[in-house]
Amino acid sequence: MTATTSASIVARRRDVRDVRDVRAGRRHGAWSRIQPVVALLAVVLLIGMPLWIVVVTAGKTQAEAFSPDLTPPATWQYAENFSAVWQQGRVPAAFFGSLLVMVPAVAGVLALGSLASWVLARRSSRLMAVLYALAISGIVLPPAVVTIVLLLRQLGLAGTAVGMIGVYMGMYMSTVIFFVTGFIRTIPAELEEAARVDGAKPLRVFGTIILPLLAPVLSTATILICLYVWNDVFYAFFVVGGRLDTLPLNLFQVASAGLYLDNWHLIFAYVLLMSLPLLVVFIVAQRRIISGITSGAVK
Amino acid sequence: MPPARPSASRRRTVRPTTYRHRASHPARYLIPAFAVLGVFFFVPTIFNFVYALTDWSSFKSEIGFVGLRNLEDLVSSGTLLTSLRITLVYAVLVAVFQNLFGLLLALLLERDTRINRFARVMFFIPVVMSALAVGYVFQAILKPDGAANSILGVVLGQEVTIPWLGDTTWTLVVVALIHSWKWMGLSMLIYLAGLKTISEDVLEAARLDGASSWTAFRDIRFPLLAPALTFNVATALLGSMNGFDIAQATTGGGPARTTELLNIFIFRTFGQGLFAQATTMSLVLFVVVVALALPVIRTLRKREEVL
Repeated sequence: MTATTSASIVARRRDVRDVRDVRAGRRHGAWSRIQPVVALLAVVLLIGMPLWIVVVTAGKTQAEAFSPDLTPPATWQYAENFSAVWQQGRVPAAFFGSLLVMVPAVAGVLALGSLASWVLARRSSRLMAVLYALAISGIVLPPAVVTIVLLLRQLGLAGTAVGMIGVYMGMYMSTVIFFVTGFIRTIPAELEEAARVDGAKPLRVFGTIILPLLAPVLSTATILICLYVWNDVFYAFFVVGGRLDTLPLNLFQVASAGLYLDNWHLIFAYVLLMSLPLLVVFIVAQRRIISGITSGAVK
Repeated sequence: MPPARPSASRRRTVRPTTYRHRASHPARYLIPAFAVLGVFFFVPTIFNFVYALTDWSSFKSEIGFVGLRNLEDLVSSGTLLTSLRITLVYAVLVAVFQNLFGLLLALLLERDTRINRFARVMFFIPVVMSALAVGYVFQAILKPDGAANSILGVVLGQEVTIPWLGDTTWTLVVVALIHSWKWMGLSMLIYLAGLKTISEDVLEAARLDGASSWTAFRDIRFPLLAPALTFNVATALLGSMNGFDIAQATTGGGPARTTELLNIFIFRTFGQGLFAQATTMSLVLFVVVVALALPVIRTLRKREEVL
C-alpha cells in the first residue's frame, strides 16, 4: 500500500520533471546549442587575439614589429629577442628582486595578521571593536604614497627591500585581518579548550589548533596578495625606484627606452617573459585559485 | 585589607570567562600587526595631513609651513578639479563596464561544461597579468596604424585610422575599457559564485509560473546577486580611483592631460621634485575615497539587507 503510493508519487514527480525539462528545453534548446559557439568566439576575440599579438610580436624583428598585428613573423626569433631583453631588462636581477620583496612581505603579513586576527576574533570588548575597525580601515583607505617615502628616509629604509616589504605589509595587513578574523569567528572556541586544558601556552594553541584550520582562507589571501605585490609598479616607483630591480619596474624601463625607439618586439618579449611565472602557477593551480577566490569573496 | 576582600570575591564570580579569554588570547599578540600598520600605514597617513601644509620639495633642504597655499594653487590653476573630474569619471566608467562585462560573462559561462570551464580560465588570464604589461599591449594594438584599426579595416572594407589613444574626449573611455578588460575575469568569478548560491527551486518555481528567462533574471536572479554586486562595485571603484598602471602605460596621462588620473599627477609631480604638491594631491585622493567609497558601500549593503 505504502509502496505503491510512494511509487506513484515518484512516477508523478518524474512526469512533472519531464514536463519541466520539455518546457525548459523548448525555451533554451536553441541557446544551449549556440552557447558553446558564442563562448569560444568570445574567448578567441576578447582574449585570444590580444594574447596572440603578444606571442607573435615577441618573435619578430624590429622592422616587422613596428606596428604589431596578427601576422606571424617571417622567422621566429625568440632567442635573439629574449637574450636582448634578458640583458637590457636585467631579468634575473629583477626576478630575484621581485621574489626578495614578495616572499617576506606575504609571509610576514599572513603570520602577523592571522595572529592578531585570532585575538580580535575571540575577545569581545569595546576596545577590541575599535581596534578591529582601525585594523581593517586600510581595505578602503588609499596608502599615503608620498609621505611613506619621507618616513622611510627618516627611518633609513628608503630604497631598501626592507622598506618595500614593510610598505606592502602595511598595505595588505587590513585585507588579511578582515578575511582571517571573519574566518576564525566561524571556528568554535571549544576546539581550543582541549589543548588549553592540557596546559598548552596561547602561542602553542594558536599554532597547533587554529593555524592549520586557516589553510583555505590563508591560501586565498596568499594568491590575491601575491598577485598585487608581484605586479605592483606604482608603490615600487616611490619606494625602491632606481635602487632595486623588480620585474614591473624593469618593464617600465625597457618600455620607456623601447617606445622611444619603437622596439615593440623587445617590449612584448619582456611582457611574455615576465608574465610566464605567474601564468604557469595559475594554469597549474587554476582550480584551487578560482575556488579559493570565489569562496572568500561572496559572504 | 578587609575592604579588598569583597571586591576580590566579586571579581572571581563575575569575570571568569573574560579573565580566561584575556589569559588565553593575550592582547600582546596584536602588537606586531599594529606596529606594522602604525609605522607603514597610519603614520604616513597622518604625515599626509601635515606635509600638505608645507613647501617640502627637492629644491631646498629645509621644510617650511605654508598653510593652505598648495591647495589654493591646485584649485586656482584648475588642476585639482580637472584631475578629480577625470578620476571620478574613470572610476564610474570602470565600475559600470567591469560589472557589465563580468555579469555578461558569468551568465554566458554559467553552465558547468568543459568549454565553459576552459573559457573561465582564459578570461582570468588578464587578471593574472601585470596591468603595466596589459597597458603596453593595448598601446601597440590601438596605435593609429595598429592591429585594431587594420582588423576594422578588413571587416569594413576600407581604411580605418581611428586615433584610439589620441582623442581628448574618448580616450578616457578607451582606457576605462582596457581597465575593465583586465579585471572583468575577477568580476565574472564573483558573479558565478553568486549565481551558484541561488537555489534551483526558486528558479523552477518562477519557470512553472511562466516567467521568461529575462523576467526571472530581472526579478529574481539579479536582486539575489546583491552581495556579489556590492563586492564587485566596491572593488572596481576602489581599484580605479587608485588606478595608475594602465593609464600610465597606454597614454601616460595624455593627450593634453585628459587621462591624467590623480595617481598619475602624484607620480609626475613627485618626479619633478614637487613633493608638497604631490602630498596635497595624495591627501585629496584620500579624502575623496573616504567621502565616496563609504557611502557607496553603505548603500549597497542596505540593498542586501532588504532581501
